[in-house]
Amino acid sequence: MSATAAVSAETAREGYEPVIGLEVHAQLKTRTKIFCGCSTRFGAPPNTQVCPLCLGLPGVLPTLNARAVDFAAMVGLAVGAEIAGRSVFARKNYFYPDLPKGYQISQYDRPLCVGGSLAIRSGDSWKTIRLVRIHLEEDAGKSLHPEGREGVDTTRVDLNRAGVPLIEIVSEPDLRSGAEATDYMARLRQLLVYLDVCDGNMEEGSLRCDANVSVRKKGSTQLGTKTEIKNLNSFRFVDRAIAFEIDRQIGLLESGGRVVQETLLWSSERGVAEAMRSKEEAHDYRYFPEPDLLPLDLSREWIEAVRGRIPELPHQLRERLVREHKIPEYDAEVLTDTRSLASYYEEVVARSGQPKLASNWIMTEVNAVRNKNGLTIEEFPVRADRLGDMVRMVGDGTISGKIAKQLFELMVQDPAGPAELIERHGLMPIDDDAALRALAKEVISAHPGPVADFRAGKEKTFAFLVGQAMKQSRGRAHPEKLQQALRAVLAEKP
Amino acid sequence: MSKASVQESAESLGRSVGAGERSAVDVARAFLAQASRTAPRLGTYLHLEPESIVAAATEIDARRKRGETLGALAGVPVAVKDNICVRGVPLTCGSRILERFRAPYDAHVIGRLRAAGALLYGKTNCDEFAMGSSTENSAYQPSRNPWDLARVPGGSSGGSAATVAAREAPLALGSDTGGSVRQPAAFCGVVGLKPTYGAVSRYGLVAFASSLDQIGPLATSARDAALLFNAISGPDERDMTSRPETRQVSMENLERGVRGLKIGIARELLGEGLDPEIHACFDSVSKWLVAEGGSVVDVKLPHARYAIATYYLIAPAEASSNLARYDGVRYGLRVPAGDLREMYEATRGRGFGREVKRRILLGTYALSAGYYDAYYLRAQKVRTLIRRDFEDASRETDALLMPVTPTPPFALGEKSEDPMAMYLNDIYSIPASLAGVPALSFPAGFTKGGLPIGLQLTGKPFDEETLLRIARAWESKSDAARRLPPIALEKAA
Repeated sequence: MSATAAVSAETAREGYEPVIGLEVHAQLKTRTKIFCGCSTRFGAPPNTQVCPLCLGLPGVLPTLNARAVDFAAMVGLAVGAEIAGRSVFARKNYFYPDLPKGYQISQYDRPLCVGGSLAIRSGDSWKTIRLVRIHLEEDAGKSLHPEGREGVDTTRVDLNRAGVPLIEIVSEPDLRSGAEATDYMARLRQLLVYLDVCDGNMEEGSLRCDANVSVRKKGSTQLGTKTEIKNLNSFRFVDRAIAFEIDRQIGLLESGGRVVQETLLWSSERGVAEAMRSKEEAHDYRYFPEPDLLPLDLSREWIEAVRGRIPELPHQLRERLVREHKIPEYDAEVLTDTRSLASYYEEVVARSGQPKLASNWIMTEVNAVRNKNGLTIEEFPVRADRLGDMVRMVGDGTISGKIAKQLFELMVQDPAGPAELIERHGLMPIDDDAALRALAKEVISAHPGPVADFRAGKEKTFAFLVGQAMKQSRGRAHPEKLQQALRAVLAEKP
Repeated sequence: MSKASVQESAESLGRSVGAGERSAVDVARAFLAQASRTAPRLGTYLHLEPESIVAAATEIDARRKRGETLGALAGVPVAVKDNICVRGVPLTCGSRILERFRAPYDAHVIGRLRAAGALLYGKTNCDEFAMGSSTENSAYQPSRNPWDLARVPGGSSGGSAATVAAREAPLALGSDTGGSVRQPAAFCGVVGLKPTYGAVSRYGLVAFASSLDQIGPLATSARDAALLFNAISGPDERDMTSRPETRQVSMENLERGVRGLKIGIARELLGEGLDPEIHACFDSVSKWLVAEGGSVVDVKLPHARYAIATYYLIAPAEASSNLARYDGVRYGLRVPAGDLREMYEATRGRGFGREVKRRILLGTYALSAGYYDAYYLRAQKVRTLIRRDFEDASRETDALLMPVTPTPPFALGEKSEDPMAMYLNDIYSIPASLAGVPALSFPAGFTKGGLPIGLQLTGKPFDEETLLRIARAWESKSDAARRLPPIALEKAA
């Protein structure tokens, strides 16, 4: 692309507004499947977590897992959706080898949750993304295409996943960029993990996303023709696929073409979204109410009981941390990344009485070690009470920041408490006047040149001497008292 | 005690085996001997294995000897329609698509029968996937009416009805979606009960139309039907449509006669198309009811005339979805072909018979985008109206009396090329199916030509007892239920 072409493409993009809606499938963390007693554990050998129901054998009937309903309702309540007093399961009919019954049990015109919203970050401010609905459904199995003999196409089907409970969360087309879509996904994931209803593991497919994308001229209120991108199973793919599709659609329109409504499949290897074969998408799903399941009736009391079990949500926790610990909103945001990180922080604060210092240590040192080693806070080796003790010592001046850093590195390696490590590694601060005086004398006699310069009026040399003394003490000398001692010794007659 | 007779009631057989007066093996042998004479000509069984049945009877005797208390059906053979799962036993549903399939698990009703000490018997012939009214739609063989081998036994539970009528088995299980227990019971001169929807678990019954299917007993008397109903009914956590309100039938109450019962008659059902001999039989039963101290009142079922149209939208719609699983991927027939789609087409094209395909097409159409509201949704609304008709009628009555079929049994081949004529045969049985209420077909009389006539009683939800009680009272007045078809009386050569 030439420079001018690049500029004009950029200008063209400026003139358009992308409109994006997401359909997110989240796997619920129930122990058993949604319509039978089989385990939902991930990673078992193919077809070892199946029963006659999973296999779609003749004569089997689904029985609804109450826990799945509970979890789905909890998500609905957490996003402020209306929980339907009566919702209805429906059959979505289509043929596919990994769909054992020839239909998927889902919800259609009467979903469990209607409405609700999720706040996301857009630039420096918050933005509300409205939700259309949340419904319950079963997952299908998995088709595997191993390398077959030459010229022979083999497909193998693993039905372990068939019947795993999912919720589908459908947003209004309120998102305006790949970045917003990614933040929406991340916040949704955070919420589900806070609620402890989904493990949020995108690699294992616990959270998957389809994106509906269209573009329109800025200022227009009419929606453009949309395409649907399927198979977005990481934050990066959500971002990249949407960006790709926005560019593709604008390019089409700018060159006088038009967008065709179609379903695209994101190929992460090649970084393109391609149209699925029309045969694969030309479905009439023939939805009708599932006659094997009664309508799902939920009483007000039941719904209120679920509401009562909702834990503190990310935004509530964030606001509370700001309120109670007077830390900046940015800190609260970082610290509430997960429920357990926030708990860790609160424990460090409780132990140290140093909210901001605790936040600094966690956001920088703790997170640096975690990121480097890919550790969750649960896996992080330093216990919160130990870090709290250390932060307290920093806060009350018992140890310097410098010593604290050494100490922290030791704590990461060694489960012993900070006091013991200080003792064992001789990190005790030196603030005893006689000891500091001895140190000052030692440094002064070791550096006659700089001492002479100082005495000749070169004040700058003092910093050098302090540095040497500090080095000599391996950072343990009390900084102010050390300076006082140095000055005192220097002022004496040589 | 005397040698077991195939003419004995299930009640008497069960009592004597339970009391140790005779062995389950003796009972099994008597019926197997009868079946070996008649079943090949009647085409009643798709699968009957005498050795394993005798082995199972031996085990029942051993259980009794160990001191286990067996139920009222101890050692009583129960034939099972071949759309009900029995672990390890073939399950074809009368279809080529399941030709070599064996069920890997027991249906709920089968588990209940095993627990009660009943003897699981052969698998009976039926219309493919229970779709039909003559058993001519079985992919394997037609069944024949024991009263006249040139005629059909009805369907789809034709094998179950014929086998009980010919005393090849004292009891049988059928399934009823639009009349598939009641109509063959009427054609074969036996008792057939379609329980209230939800009274019997459907777990392990191969689905045809899920919102209508019910497993029901076929027997030679109301009391025997009650025993089998009691053995299989009751809520089951594996079937979310099964209901806790289900009530057992009291055997004592069955003897209380019809005095004081109010029986409703919907005159609009007795008009055009009803065979005069059935009409006459109907009149004599209603006169008897009054003579015995019951009363007869007129009721209206204004929407019953839409029942067939409604049924032939709802049932095929559900069937089109229920039968999607027979795709050649995991089990059953697979016809190899070029690609996946061709494999589906070849497998289903060869595996399903004409009637099944017809209904899959009908149902697929009724559920299609753009047609759903006009067909399926509209049909559901009419279904609600029909259910209300029954509710209204039952407010002032204990039961309704109506025909089961418009005609006596027809000849093989007579209607098999005319699906509409075949569908119209279910005109009286379908309304109760759509309403979900219990309905009983009982032997009411015979035509001059010696063919059985059945009449139907429908009742309030979960009140199977009143229906059986009325039928029981009629049995004490009429010999219709006691007559045996000639083939059942043939002596061993």
